[in-house]
Amino acid sequence: MTGGFVGFAVRRLLAAIPTLFGVTLIVFFMVRMLPGDPARLLAGLLATQDEVNRIRVQLGLTKPVPVQYALFLAGLARGDLGKSTVTQAPVMYEIGVRLPATALLAATATVLSVLFGVASGLIVSTRQYTSTDYVVTVLALAGISIPVFWLGLMLMMVFAVGLHVLPAGGDASPLSLILPSIALAAFSLAIIERQTRSSMLETLRQDYVRTARAKGLAEGWVVYRHVLRNSLIPVVTIIGLQSATLLGGAILTERTFSWPGIGTLLVNSIQARDYPVIQGVVLLFALTFLVINLLVDILYGYIDPRIKYS
Amino acid sequence: MATSTPALSTADLAREREFHHPLAVLRRLGRNKIAVAGLVILLGMVASSLLAPAILPYNPNAADLDNALHPPTLAHPFGTDQLGRDLLTRVVYGGRISLLIGVIAVALAAAVGVPLGLMSGYYSGFFDLVVQRVMDVMLAFPGFLLALTLISLLGVGLTNVILSVGISSIPVYVRLIRGVTLSTRELTYVESARSIGMRDWRIMLRHVLPNTAAPIIVQSSLQIGLAILTAAGLGFLGLGVRPPTPEWGTMLGDAVNYLLSSWFIALFPGLAIFFAIMAFNLLGDGLRDAFDPRMRVL
Repeated sequence: MTGGFVGFAVRRLLAAIPTLFGVTLIVFFMVRMLPGDPARLLAGLLATQDEVNRIRVQLGLTKPVPVQYALFLAGLARGDLGKSTVTQAPVMYEIGVRLPATALLAATATVLSVLFGVASGLIVSTRQYTSTDYVVTVLALAGISIPVFWLGLMLMMVFAVGLHVLPAGGDASPLSLILPSIALAAFSLAIIERQTRSSMLETLRQDYVRTARAKGLAEGWVVYRHVLRNSLIPVVTIIGLQSATLLGGAILTERTFSWPGIGTLLVNSIQARDYPVIQGVVLLFALTFLVINLLVDILYGYIDPRIKYS
Repeated sequence: MATSTPALSTADLAREREFHHPLAVLRRLGRNKIAVAGLVILLGMVASSLLAPAILPYNPNAADLDNALHPPTLAHPFGTDQLGRDLLTRVVYGGRISLLIGVIAVALAAAVGVPLGLMSGYYSGFFDLVVQRVMDVMLAFPGFLLALTLISLLGVGLTNVILSVGISSIPVYVRLIRGVTLSTRELTYVESARSIGMRDWRIMLRHVLPNTAAPIIVQSSLQIGLAILTAAGLGFLGLGVRPPTPEWGTMLGDAVNYLLSSWFIALFPGLAIFFAIMAFNLLGDGLRDAFDPRMRVL
């Protein structure tokens, strides 16, 4: 099994294809599993009979299911996800105008959680059993147990309602980003901190670290040169896994802070039974997650030469 | 990807079994103060849920609009909600719903996931391939999204919340049990059971399943916490149990509208979720340390 790194990356890419098809199948069958006429569900309850018939023909709902699925995939390939039954605008448009807000929120939360998670993990790992270590451990424990939406409400209550220093919601000013990103980052930050700490402690016990110390290297250099890189490999895996939490948490965070992103769009669409939009957003979330996983896998193979490319 | 596991001798396995002896595990758990703290919180919650009608003077659904959104007093230590219902009563009764959802959803996930994981790991081959691809697809809906998608199809209500949360927890069990099975089936006693002609299902039940007990127990503790969190998230979005059933997430979802005037209505239900999840996390971590600190759970 050779082929090196490029072959490994290509194989990972190919392995993601069945999952991709599975995801489209589920989204395709979503409206068809519901009781009632799929054409009526996709046209909306207020649509006229003509409109329903038009959608029936357009999606080929009178044709066999495999043909319908092929038409669905062809639509996807053209970026055609149908129209919102609420606004009548194309689903792609509804998603497109809200995507930047969600991307900004998720990216900010990711940066916060990785930066502070790794940093605090590193700091406490070199101060095991000190008061700093205990305080950070308790905070991390709180971080993994606190529901993102409740943390959001509490932050809002203290900083927006109580102290009036930050906006409570919306995205009217750049300051509006602060509270939602902190709320969303908290859980992942705590997980990354714990993984970094335990991974560092594990590496610090290795023989080659003792050797490095024994030959008189300064402790800072030992940590930087010998411990850090080896410790961060499991941390990368955890960061990849956390992207799932962040994407799911974004839906709840957006709702808490009335953040105008696709999470809010999804929740509103579920409440309005706007199935074309639900399909589109669910598909987008799953695709994003697949891509992130793929990137993490490939990155993992890149930074750890011991990974067998098989 | 075939990784071979060095076969353990029977003596090793005897030691392993002794290591997992329930009494020894309980003793180790009892020495772990943090895990005991989790257990105490949990028992307190279970007790107050069971005894709720006996210890609380109010009906959780009795509205009293003259006293709506009243801050905490001696008569209402947590205050009252937008319909004047006693918040303490609703938080305690909410514990019933959350514990019920958490335990049943996780039991459901384990009931489906454990046999699938066992067979997937034991038989490998085509069956394994199909099961793993299906799990890949389920896991492609990140975290909370799978439960949210399911509830959007099933509709709201207690049963559907349990189903959504339960189904979305299945892949965790399949992955976990498959991993343990893959390493167990290479052991010499499984090989010898096969060589004397024991049937596959008996080998799985008698020789493989017992090895999965410890990971299942640890994972389930962590998983109940996660299930409670997921259910509360659905409730917060207005997609949980139907009103007026007291449920922590739903109470927080209502609280959003009254945040400016009434801090207490958002504080106490959230604290309840926080402590419930923390208790299961502490207990899960403690159980893992008591069984085997190096145990991998998902």
